Amino acid sequence: MLTVVAVTAACFFFLAGTVGLLRFPDTLTRLHALTKADNLGLGLVVLGLLPYAQGLLGSLKMIAVWLLVLMSSAIISQLIASVVRREGPQA
Amino acid sequence: MTTALMFDVGLAMLIVAVASWTTAAREAFAAVIGFVVYGLLLALVWVRLDAVDVALTEAAIGGGLTGTLLLGAAARLRASEVPASERPGAMLRFAAALLSAAVTAALTTAVLLLPDDTPTLAQPAADKAAATGLGNPVTNVLMAFRAMDTLLEKVVLLLALVGVWSLAVDHVWGGRPGPRYPVEPHGALAFLARLLPPVGIVVGIYILWVGADHPGGAFQGGTILAAMWVLVMMAGLSDAPPVGNRLLRLALLAGPAVFLIVGLGGLGLGEAFLAYPVAYAKPLILAIEFAMTLTIGATLGLLLAGPPKRRVGR
Repeated sequence: MLTVVAVTAACFFFLAGTVGLLRFPDTLTRLHALTKADNLGLGLVVLGLLPYAQGLLGSLKMIAVWLLVLMSSAIISQLIASVVRREGPQA
Repeated sequence: MTTALMFDVGLAMLIVAVASWTTAAREAFAAVIGFVVYGLLLALVWVRLDAVDVALTEAAIGGGLTGTLLLGAAARLRASEVPASERPGAMLRFAAALLSAAVTAALTTAVLLLPDDTPTLAQPAADKAAATGLGNPVTNVLMAFRAMDTLLEKVVLLLALVGVWSLAVDHVWGGRPGPRYPVEPHGALAFLARLLPPVGIVVGIYILWVGADHPGGAFQGGTILAAMWVLVMMAGLSDAPPVGNRLLRLALLAGPAVFLIVGLGGLGLGEAFLAYPVAYAKPLILAIEFAMTLTIGATLGLLLAGPPKRRVGR
């Protein structure tokens, strides 16, 4: 039950993030849509799959994957945004 | 149609679409991005085929390392890229299309002509697993049954690095590779380069260690270590070492050297080149894998750093 609800909600957030990526007007708003929505979506996927993880170690690994993705996507989007700010938006 | 089949069909169609887009992309940069996506999707295919070892390697090498190398090449070539107006003549394009169609037809025929009962050595390899004391059949094949191939593969990596280094101009020979990256002490990249390597180094060594019994191994672990090293170099926290550095050269030689010594030991102690004495098979293989991880990490990191560009002391 938790799995169905969480993964369905995750799909909604991934969909929203992708729509944002395609529809938003410039790089900064597109970054915003992609990172926020997808990080939440991945978190919900992890949450939904936790009951199926192999033991405590398996669950910890899945949560660690989520945290690593959170960290790297936050920092990568910072880097892209700082390049955009320095060089100006390109289309 | 089951869910798994739908997923597989969707994945296959997505891969064909990404591959066509990559070949059709006008800009080299866009094509490289397409290639990286293609590599990651291909890794998913290997997971679906239950070949997790291959999936890890495909994601690390096909997506990550090759993608980064190609990005560097695309950035260098951007200035000299042919504008879209200067397209090759109709004759040349027709010949290229003909050649591609012929290759596709040949590959299709070959795949369709495969015998239904595919010849396989999987069963004999799984049966002999006890000979080395390792639980991962892929590691068994790589390190014991086909050890010669793996040894030569490592030598090829070294040759590739020598190829990159030979692009250096004479007066910087032995110097540091690549540009000196400016350090931004409070920047996001420097933050990542401080936070991630402790985690990455643990994960890299973990993947090497579990490679004995589960998917993983020296190549995948070494690639992660190389990625951490490159991250620290790009953030400017640590400069690339001069390629003339003796310790660095030792790290580059460690893997093939340990492999060769163990191999010659097998020859000297009776049986054959690269034959491990059964009692010591596992520790010997682990020793080789540790040395190889060091070498792979150093080699891949230096491949990405590029040819020497700066004389030592500058």
